[in-house]
Amino acid sequence: MTSTQSPPDAAPVGPPPLAPPARRRGRPGRVRVRDRGMSRAFRWLATGAGALILVVLAAVAVFLVVKAWPAITEPTDQLVAEVPWLHGASSLLSFVGPLIFGTVLAAALALLIATPIALGIALFISHYAPRRLAAGLGYVVDLLAAIPSVVYGLWGGLVLAPFVQPVWSWLGETLGWIPFFSGDVSPTARVLLTVGLVLAVMILPIITAVSREVFLQTPRLHEEAALALGATRWEMIRTAVLPFARSGIISAAMLGLGRALGETMAVLMILSPGFLYSFKLLVAGQQQTIAANIAAQFAEASPMSVSALIATGLALFVITLFVNMTARWIVSRRKDFSGAN
Amino acid sequence: MTTADLSSTSSEFRALITQVDKRRHRKDRTMRVLIWGAFVLAMIPLVSVSLTVVVHGMQKLDLDFLTHSMRGVFGGADAGGIYHAIVGTLLITLFATLISVPIGLLTAIYLVEYGRGSLARAVTFFVDVMTGIPSIVAGLFAYALFAVFFGPAVRMGVVGSVALSVLMIPVVVRSSEEMLRLVPNELREAALALGVPKWLVVIKVVLRTAVAGIGTGVTIAVARVMGETAPLLIAVGTIDSINTNLFSGRMMTLPVFIYQQYQQGLVPCTPGQQNCIPTINYDRAWAAALTLIILVMLLNLIGRLITRFFAPKNLG
Repeated sequence: MTSTQSPPDAAPVGPPPLAPPARRRGRPGRVRVRDRGMSRAFRWLATGAGALILVVLAAVAVFLVVKAWPAITEPTDQLVAEVPWLHGASSLLSFVGPLIFGTVLAAALALLIATPIALGIALFISHYAPRRLAAGLGYVVDLLAAIPSVVYGLWGGLVLAPFVQPVWSWLGETLGWIPFFSGDVSPTARVLLTVGLVLAVMILPIITAVSREVFLQTPRLHEEAALALGATRWEMIRTAVLPFARSGIISAAMLGLGRALGETMAVLMILSPGFLYSFKLLVAGQQQTIAANIAAQFAEASPMSVSALIATGLALFVITLFVNMTARWIVSRRKDFSGAN
Repeated sequence: MTTADLSSTSSEFRALITQVDKRRHRKDRTMRVLIWGAFVLAMIPLVSVSLTVVVHGMQKLDLDFLTHSMRGVFGGADAGGIYHAIVGTLLITLFATLISVPIGLLTAIYLVEYGRGSLARAVTFFVDVMTGIPSIVAGLFAYALFAVFFGPAVRMGVVGSVALSVLMIPVVVRSSEEMLRLVPNELREAALALGVPKWLVVIKVVLRTAVAGIGTGVTIAVARVMGETAPLLIAVGTIDSINTNLFSGRMMTLPVFIYQQYQQGLVPCTPGQQNCIPTINYDRAWAAALTLIILVMLLNLIGRLITRFFAPKNLG
């Protein structure tokens, strides 16, 4: 039967039609599907967007270097003459030095205050809070991250600083022999310790969120084994949860550190700035951070001052990039080993 | 061994396993109190910030404040408002969203649907790194980018939008990627088996399924950048009157307005002077802060409602 029209109700008779010749006879194994037309265009579009991310990150570095170059290459005496806030520093580096010092000190202070509290909150949500409440409580902590930084600055300057001033005075009187608390306590409390406190509040959510995730990943069997051996809840956490989460905690803290290093408004609105290598946390006019200095000076800056400010911004970029990359590297490395099963 | 012996050891054993080790339990209880305390401690700033912003902000926040700009307002006069700042914030954020969403979404599609090999790994890693860029550095970058082409005095709304989108793109990528990965592979395979080309599968099946989650992620990303101050302060500047053109001249935004009013501080009023309130600048700052927080929280709420109402399971 070779006719093309066969009655539809007729039973198929005769030999089945020949299968079309196999086109990919020469290629055994996996058939590679090549996309054409719109599919190919779409694939290139998506890949281009992915590559654009890398381009943007590179562009950030390149444009900062381009605009900072005049200040970096300018002879120091001319630079000091042109940039009013260099305070007669002998070079750009000797000016950036105290700023880096202030930035790192403020961020370290914030980290020192925030990490134990954040770990406590994360443990509370993952292991202590009633199960039904846990998700809601996590959301409440995330609300802290939803408050804009400028509102924290406003609150820190107008509410927190007057409130903590008596506490700082007391600290200065009783613990003045510790270098950190020595010197004349500022009557307005616009000092680095207040800044550290506000920054700590601002980085709490990120440290909490990351370490909470890690705590929740602890293998259930480890926890149950510890409890079965008679451990109390705290001993279970110390022997099963914390060792498992150690690298996660470190990277959470480093992410928080990255946030604190780059935070501008809270510092700008609270701290009374100074450009010294000083550990005095309760004295006004001692330290300043890179980010706050840029925001404070940028509006009325000459082109050369702008260039110098961008050079300090470049330093900040490099520092935060290093901190964040280390943190992410620890996280990604951990992924490979986290299979405790 | 006699039975008496056995019973005595067993009672010793029973005593051993039932007795409470005082020291260990005291430590357990201490840690429990500390951990509960940490949570309570963290609630103090949250409650304090929200309460002060609401209490102080309510005093000045009214329709008049929302519908006037600061043009021609000086001294301690009880006048002026944040209309120009609201307009600026909405326009700049909207344009930043227009830049970030296509790039962020396409990158997420690349990572989920196409990404293999070293480029995908690099993109994943650097998107994470990008989330950590300080906001002020993003502002400096946008300024430097435009200053190269338009000269050093460039201050435009669009510069602020570019700065914000540098901060926003990684957030959009992260959240969209998570949502796209939740789409079951069976859906893709079914569509491909029916002969649908890959790009239509992505648009009509994968994106359609994940649209609610992506909407939530984008809304929350918008809420996050809306409160950014530092990049706008250096890239867009400040102004007292209304400017609706993103491509020319300075614009005011709510966060920068709050900062500017805070910086102006107390107004020196001569005793007996009419129409002079010493704390007027702080009052305006608090009222603007309340407006900003309401906007941000509203966006967060909308984001969560999107998931609740537009999730595919509710579409029948």
